[in-house]
Amino acid sequence: MKGKQRNLVIALSAVLVAGSGLAFIALSNIGDNLVYYWSPAEMLSQGEKAYGPVIRLGGVVAPGTVKWDAAKTELAFQVATDHKPDAAKVPVLAREVPPQMFREGIGVVVEGTFSKSGVFTSERLMVNHSNEYRPPAEGQELKGYGSNSLAAGPK
Amino acid sequence: MNHNALGNVFILAAVAAAAGGAVPGLASGLMRRDAGLKWVRRAVWAFFLAMLGANLTMVSALVTHDFSVKYVAQVGSRATPLLYTVVSLWSALEGSILFWGLILGTYVLGFLLAHRHEHQRYLALALAVMLAVGAFFAFLIAGPANPFGEVSPVPLDGPGPNPLLQNHVLMVIHPPMLYLGYVGMTVPFGLTVAALLRGELGHAWMAPLRRWTLIPWAFLTVGIVLGAWWAYAVLGWGGYWAWDPVENASFLPWLTATAFLHSILVMERKKLLTLWTVVLGLSSFVLTLLGTFMTRSGVFNSVHSFTQSEIGPAFLVFLGVVLVLSVALVATRGHLLLREPGAFRSAASREVAILANNLVFTAITFVVLVGTTWPLVAEGMFGKRVSVGEPYFNKMFVPGAAAVLFLMGVGPVLPWGRGERGMMLRQLLLPLAGAVVALVGCLAAGLGGGWALTTFALAGFTTVVTLRELLLPARVRMEEKQEGLITAVFQSAARARRRFGGYVVHLAVILVAVAVAASRQYVAHTTATLKEGESMQVGRYTLTYRGMQSGKEPHREFVAARVEVSGESDLVLPRMNYYERSNDPIQTPAVLSRPHEDLYVSLMAYSKEGGTASFNTWVFPLVGWIWWSLPLLLLGTAVAAWPERRRVPSVAQVPSSAGQGAT
Repeated sequence: MKGKQRNLVIALSAVLVAGSGLAFIALSNIGDNLVYYWSPAEMLSQGEKAYGPVIRLGGVVAPGTVKWDAAKTELAFQVATDHKPDAAKVPVLAREVPPQMFREGIGVVVEGTFSKSGVFTSERLMVNHSNEYRPPAEGQELKGYGSNSLAAGPK
Repeated sequence: MNHNALGNVFILAAVAAAAGGAVPGLASGLMRRDAGLKWVRRAVWAFFLAMLGANLTMVSALVTHDFSVKYVAQVGSRATPLLYTVVSLWSALEGSILFWGLILGTYVLGFLLAHRHEHQRYLALALAVMLAVGAFFAFLIAGPANPFGEVSPVPLDGPGPNPLLQNHVLMVIHPPMLYLGYVGMTVPFGLTVAALLRGELGHAWMAPLRRWTLIPWAFLTVGIVLGAWWAYAVLGWGGYWAWDPVENASFLPWLTATAFLHSILVMERKKLLTLWTVVLGLSSFVLTLLGTFMTRSGVFNSVHSFTQSEIGPAFLVFLGVVLVLSVALVATRGHLLLREPGAFRSAASREVAILANNLVFTAITFVVLVGTTWPLVAEGMFGKRVSVGEPYFNKMFVPGAAAVLFLMGVGPVLPWGRGERGMMLRQLLLPLAGAVVALVGCLAAGLGGGWALTTFALAGFTTVVTLRELLLPARVRMEEKQEGLITAVFQSAARARRRFGGYVVHLAVILVAVAVAASRQYVAHTTATLKEGESMQVGRYTLTYRGMQSGKEPHREFVAARVEVSGESDLVLPRMNYYERSNDPIQTPAVLSRPHEDLYVSLMAYSKEGGTASFNTWVFPLVGWIWWSLPLLLLGTAVAAWPERRRVPSVAQVPSSAGQGAT
């Protein structure tokens, strides 16, 4: 019986050690792979902290800012926090073909990194399908980043 | 009577039936009286019929376009084809919960009918627990997620179901499969809770417990694989799994249920891991609830999420109650199940291999759960909106999956209890040769990639072990009884169905592992914008753009790019579908599927003025085997779950509970 109890203690402590080791590895890995969800206004208010980590920048394509260079596969546009004319805007550079739904004023999520130069480099561009089949209302801040996001962008 | 009133009557009847069966069933089961079962039996029938009635009412409302019913006004449309109109029963939140209720009713009734001759009090308790779950769902349908609400003024037409639902026939099959998997976990939950309440898990209930976990497990597996296939065939982003919260939600209970199906073998044979198995059974159910909550409460945004709804709080409360009750039951009554426990006799034994398998599965469950819920924690505690990137999941999952593959090969070689070392080592020789052959073959073919090669080597090892386990009994029969190969395989399978079926499922899993590793490691990817007549290269294929074409189908219009593939006589037509009442086109990729690889062409954009079209193209080696493994997997599950012939009336096998003291 005594040996049995000792074995139980050993087994339990082994599980505990393995469990906490696993938790440690998992949490530190999560830390390295976090993707931040920010609107342009939120990202700009982060200051230095916004340079470096992977960011999902959600907003709307600012009207009149889209430039598409088919020869170089280069898409430049600005993402605005919302439809208000004075909304915060961030210039975005994407090296991919815009999806068919991409147009001025549509909700987008770009995943990529922000640099000191003030340009957001997109690795992945996703257009918001609206589940309700309505364009986002004027002046309304976009809820639901990335809803139906998989439908839109390439990986 | 109109649809609204009729539907509500059925739902209230379902609430009454479920509650009216659960309470007396639990009471009489706990007091160890037999009278309760009669009530419970009637309540099960009433619950099933009420749910059937409610669902038929909704289908009738959908088909007759009765837009005075809230749900029909939400998802119906006169332009939608009949099939998709019926299917839209489960295309949005309220309808899916309603359908959920019907599945639950069917499961509980099926369980009652299959086991009506078994031990009465236990049956009453188990059914009462399942009905209690049913009462919660019926309450959801009657209250926060009521689809039968009245709409006034009655609209003339509705928006129709989500175009993504209509875009591919897989979307008709995938959700019900998942629901069948999710809801089915209620049955093992009911059985384990009943065992804990009674403080006894009789041997007679082991087989039903295993079988009734195997059935939802199979549905869950099919649902997950079909979901991956759907994402691949419809969404056009060139992948099938993105560690999306909702995908993870279905994966988590699958992991614990898989662990459960293995640990129950140890419990049955060696009387070990009993509490562990019970905890896994309870966790599978809790995780299905968590999954449902995550999908339907709007806390996550994903391709699957339903619109924001009222059911979140109710669900969270239910989840909490189930969790607290489960923990309390295990803590206070768990020890009662541990009469005459067995012991681990040797580290090199089957039971230790299965224990290791269980630990790995639990570890995977843990890391996936942490990654999935971390965004909620971060937002709730630190006010940050974050998501956990795919690299986290891949980094954490791949080593675990490799360990599972390894244990799948080692476990069957090890005997139950204690084995002779020399014999075990001799048995490992041939599988090791299999691993070496696989590895050398891959290297000779110039393949690289550490994890991919590891997977192939482990697959070689495990395949040899599995095939040997499958065919060895047949070979013995051929020699001893002079039977032909086919007869011998058939006979040996029929004599050990569970074992045979299990190994067939293992083969399917190996197939999936190899397909996943190969399609990830050796993928070729090209993007290009082409003018008519221009070409692009992806892998060994040359694709030439031959202009656009457009067409009309009953429920949609489409624009397709005509693409010529080198060495193919037929054009491939990646397209964009336009649905009525939806501005946004839905891409549908063209997939040229071969046993050894898929050519995947997605039309990203086109410009009429410029005469150009942009393509996203991939070549995925072996990817199709992920879904083509399904028949093998189903065959194995069916063999394993097939009921054995009843030899003795099972009532006689149940030890009498008289004299064991009151609960």
